[in-house]
Amino acid sequence: MDALLFMIFAAIAVVCAINLVVQRHPISSALSLVGVMGALAALYLLLGGEFIAAAQLVVYAGAIMVLFVFVIMLLNAGTEARGRRGWAHYAGVPLLLLLFGLIACLITRRMPASEDVVFGQFTKGGPLDIGRALFTTYLLPFEVTSVLILVAILGAIVLARKEID
Amino acid sequence: MTFFIVSIIKSAVVAFVLLTALAYLQWAERKVLAHIQLRVGPRRVGPHGLLQPLADVIKLITKEDMMPSHVDKFFWFLAPFIAVLFALIPIAVIPFGTELNLPAIDFGPVHIPAIQTAMQLTDINIGVLFILGISGLGVYGVALAGWSSNNKYSLLGGLRSSAQMISYELPMALAIVAPLLVLNTLSFRGIVDGQSGFMLGFLPKWTIFQVFPFNLLSFILFMIAAFAETNRVPFDLPEAENELVAGFHTEYGSMKFAAFFMAEYCNMVTVSCVATLLFLGGWHPPFPAEYGSNYVPSLVLIGAGILSFLHGANPARPFDRITLPVFGVVFFGLAGLIAIPAVALPLMPVIWFSAKACFILFVYIWVRGTLPRFRYDQLMSFAWTFMFPIAIVNLFLTGLWVALS
Repeated sequence: MDALLFMIFAAIAVVCAINLVVQRHPISSALSLVGVMGALAALYLLLGGEFIAAAQLVVYAGAIMVLFVFVIMLLNAGTEARGRRGWAHYAGVPLLLLLFGLIACLITRRMPASEDVVFGQFTKGGPLDIGRALFTTYLLPFEVTSVLILVAILGAIVLARKEID
Repeated sequence: MTFFIVSIIKSAVVAFVLLTALAYLQWAERKVLAHIQLRVGPRRVGPHGLLQPLADVIKLITKEDMMPSHVDKFFWFLAPFIAVLFALIPIAVIPFGTELNLPAIDFGPVHIPAIQTAMQLTDINIGVLFILGISGLGVYGVALAGWSSNNKYSLLGGLRSSAQMISYELPMALAIVAPLLVLNTLSFRGIVDGQSGFMLGFLPKWTIFQVFPFNLLSFILFMIAAFAETNRVPFDLPEAENELVAGFHTEYGSMKFAAFFMAEYCNMVTVSCVATLLFLGGWHPPFPAEYGSNYVPSLVLIGAGILSFLHGANPARPFDRITLPVFGVVFFGLAGLIAIPAVALPLMPVIWFSAKACFILFVYIWVRGTLPRFRYDQLMSFAWTFMFPIAIVNLFLTGLWVALS
């Protein structure tokens, strides 16, 4: 049952990701990305990362992608014009296959064997465990990240504000 | 096997009750609004317009399904489905009452084992986050409808709605976090269980009465943000009819329009349920059972029955002489039914829960009949310069209280 669900959601994620690249209209691409985010959330849920799954939905699918769609709608971006298909278009396919092959090879060499991943075995993905880990073990990276985000917010305000004489 | 059958039956019951409630919520809204404005509201179809929702549904289904020529067909079809889908999903994690214990039944060859099940479709330990996540996705329906209609009014409606929903999601989430700090769980069942009992023997331990006054403030912030999230008056800018025709659903007709309508009312129901669970103690009565809280529903129904008979004896309209006494008899019958302990005990939590949720729904309609609409710039500055700072300070003070006690 878990393996079946994994296959379904993995397939959805891959199809949406390909659709994201293939589609020519920005809105279609953005919505495909939402599909990828949703499928990823389901995969996290299958692996036992409940909090991460919910955060994925709330933050990525619910907030960031809405902003993407909002900006695309606001700028009224039209269909992307495709130029003539050059040699890169055809050379890309074997190169892509090579890249996938390399990644697959690396994963099978470096990562633990697939038998190590058992659905439903990992139970430390609840909000309690995540919160405890975030505020004890990983406190310093967490706080550094928040300072980084604060810097980004300040930068955005400086860039976007009107010049005051 | 029993689990699957019980789940299917529960899903069917919840879906039926929810959809009927949505239809009658619209009837209630028209009636209450009418009475606020000194009118009588719908009363042609059925006694007191009680069959009006059915007539509306038949009308919407049989209407011609128009397809404007310049729309983006795929997204134009998809948008109502997205809106109604993400409006209906959250009800799956909302608990309506405590556990239901049905004894085993042996009826000839039919044998039904004893069933113990929670009055809830599923209890997940990230319930609150789940609702936030799913309702955050609902905005795609509105935004896509506005964009794909290829119409300036629709586009403005869609843009307003996405900006508004993103902005008000922040104060709403911050207002939700404050009671969660006190209750220490994200599962709705755990949240309601944490609010059982009474302080000083009579004051219920609902969240709004704990950590006074910070959680009361959270409740008010949550309600304001919830009005904005559901695009209701005074925040119904996305469908402001005097500026934008009908906003994002200008180009929609028949059942596609009904889907948006249903999604809006369903979001209202969800928000009312969440407010009840998080702040108003879920299914816990407002005063202890020793003081007779179990008899309140019966007494209210008897009062309604007496009122119906009085008005029936002195009718304002000729037809009331027949309909109102019939309603009175129904009210008396229900009062008697609820007074039976065997029926009352499992039903009492559900009754209290629905009473609180219905009260919040009534507040929704009441506000619609009372307040004018915000201007768009007021709406945004209200969210970012007023609600957001207050929500952060409130959260900070609640956290300080929890840390000190």
